[in-house]
Amino acid sequence: MANPSSTANGADGKEVILHVDNLKMHFPITRGIIIQRQVGSIKAVDGVSFDLYRGETLGLVGESGCGKSTTGRAILQLYRPTDGKVVFEGQDLTTMKGSELRRMRRRMQMIFQDPYASLNPRMTVGSIIAEPLEVHNIGGNRKERQERVQELLKIVGLNPYFINRYPHEFSGGQRQRIGVARALALNPAFIVCDEPISALDVSIQAQIINLLEDLQNDLGLTYLFIAHDLSVVRHISDRIAVMYLGKIVELADRDELYENPMHPYTQALLSAVPIPDPQIEKKRQRIILEGDVPSPANPPKGCNFCTRCPRVMDICREKEPAFTDLGDGHYVACFLYDEVKPVEEATVAVA
Amino acid sequence: MAKKLLEVRNLKTQFFTQDGIVHAVNGISYHVNEGETVAIVGESGSGKSVSVMSLIRLIPQPPGKIVDGEVWFDGQDLLQLSEDELRRIRGNRIAMIFQDPMTSLNPVLTIGRQITEALELHLGMGREESRKRAVELLELVGIPGASARLDDYPHQFSGGMRQRVMIAMGLSCNPQLLIADEPTTALDVTIQAQIVDLVERLKQELGMAIIWITHDLGVVAGMADRVLVMYAGFIVEKASVDDLYGRPLHPYTLGLLRSVPRLDLGRRKRLIPIEGLPPDLLDPPSHCPFAPRCEFAMDKCWQENPPLETVQPGHEVACWVDISEVDVYITEEETTGEEETTGTVQ
Repeated sequence: MANPSSTANGADGKEVILHVDNLKMHFPITRGIIIQRQVGSIKAVDGVSFDLYRGETLGLVGESGCGKSTTGRAILQLYRPTDGKVVFEGQDLTTMKGSELRRMRRRMQMIFQDPYASLNPRMTVGSIIAEPLEVHNIGGNRKERQERVQELLKIVGLNPYFINRYPHEFSGGQRQRIGVARALALNPAFIVCDEPISALDVSIQAQIINLLEDLQNDLGLTYLFIAHDLSVVRHISDRIAVMYLGKIVELADRDELYENPMHPYTQALLSAVPIPDPQIEKKRQRIILEGDVPSPANPPKGCNFCTRCPRVMDICREKEPAFTDLGDGHYVACFLYDEVKPVEEATVAVA
Repeated sequence: MAKKLLEVRNLKTQFFTQDGIVHAVNGISYHVNEGETVAIVGESGSGKSVSVMSLIRLIPQPPGKIVDGEVWFDGQDLLQLSEDELRRIRGNRIAMIFQDPMTSLNPVLTIGRQITEALELHLGMGREESRKRAVELLELVGIPGASARLDDYPHQFSGGMRQRVMIAMGLSCNPQLLIADEPTTALDVTIQAQIVDLVERLKQELGMAIIWITHDLGVVAGMADRVLVMYAGFIVEKASVDDLYGRPLHPYTLGLLRSVPRLDLGRRKRLIPIEGLPPDLLDPPSHCPFAPRCEFAMDKCWQENPPLETVQPGHEVACWVDISEVDVYITEEETTGEEETTGTVQ
């Protein structure tokens, strides 16, 4: 399997903050009540590799069940990966345990999808945001922590006066801001944003997107932005990875991906996104995919997309396509571009 | 001139709760022509679902109550009909598909039984006949191996498949009006495209009218003839789809169009959000409900709630301010300029 980059630094001098290599996350399927035996596994993430550069936003898109959230969680070691490496700031997280791992967690945080479920209703906003500081035993004494919490509330655009209120007193958008403040409490370098806006109303979504962009500019954060809304991902990301059934099928610069999508799945996904302009909608041709995503417990032989692909060939049902760079960091896993591969590889090698 | 199929006049629905009266729908009027697709757009809490549920009296009473209004459908006022008379129309001549295909099917009945129930009840079909028709319907909505799947239960179907079953149920009695309440919101985009495509095809084949409720301005652009924009229980703008997107006249509509990122616009520019929150419907303001969030608000907006008025043929808006000269999208030059300035500041 080709690897986007195994060096510590990217080709053009950009610093690699996170290097994910052949990450696999399989969940066992068990039978039996007392004596459980494993009868199979759900291959939620099945060999994902990519690099993340410091200060950039990598969008991870795909349909529900494609493994994008699991990828985010496995990177943060919230699930222990079945296989593969996750190298964050030069250290492999998959081999770390206990306090060593906890120390790394200060540097990487997560913003969750559901602002209603991810805040404890019995805790005040102040104690929710101060909790990471207490867990990691930093931020000084009580008073200093409280000052830090008020500062964080200000950063995310909430009134510092709200510190003693409870989550139910806030709207969805405000709760999501609290979630952002909690993620920022430890000054992380890297944040996994797991569908941070999909539970919010349209007019509120833009507020949170702007907030995340401002924070990135001010604090130099690196984001892995997981979402199913391709318009939002195009707006916020520098590069985008498209996932299908546990694998990344295409990865490219934002504009390159939208202007020149190569994988048939990316093409179908982009054509399915409605555009709020009736003049354009009337002229657009949709690629309507047949059927549903296969079960990750029983993925098809060969390419995972072969059951729904409009351009499927015989080889797709036999062999799995390699994830290859077709030039300028545009990676795609598809046999359609196989002939091009040797030429492209040669030029890359020379360069 | 197209014939009116449904006409809603001054519909008002309120919920009488412990905390007070929730003013969910505040006197809305509109019509739907035969064979036409009308979209109702609004955020959660804008009253869009309650307004259509009220049409066929599907709101829970109590606490809900339709306090005022008329709903004319084929020469009769649906709000005046007895429960029995209404039952003959519901599911028969007016059908409804709901947002969540996971919870709107009965998990302990087979798919076949859920479809044949309506056929037996409304069309008086026998067992054999209704099963045959159910297979036809499942084939119509594109479920492979329809006859074999008739005896399956809902949990054996995927989300997209269940929504197809819901549509098949909705279509079973050849309704003249199909009400679709966010039918694709719970689905992935590729499945959404399948469902939209299916509904469009069925509409042409069967000639029914559709009321499509959604918060997604994108879906509406491709399929609706006319659009109603709802805010805080009021219709704030009513226009043909081309007029609404080409020249929005209500600041809220403008705000919605500006705040969503668009897939086809290349340059990365800052989104313009609508600041603030929607009003509390327990205590609705007497002034324009959008005034606190409106960038164009003037003194008058804080005094009186503007009525819905026709500005040009087929385009109505409830706003004191004339925003027809405002550009919907900030042009590329301006944005690049803005990006450069922020760059130098840093």
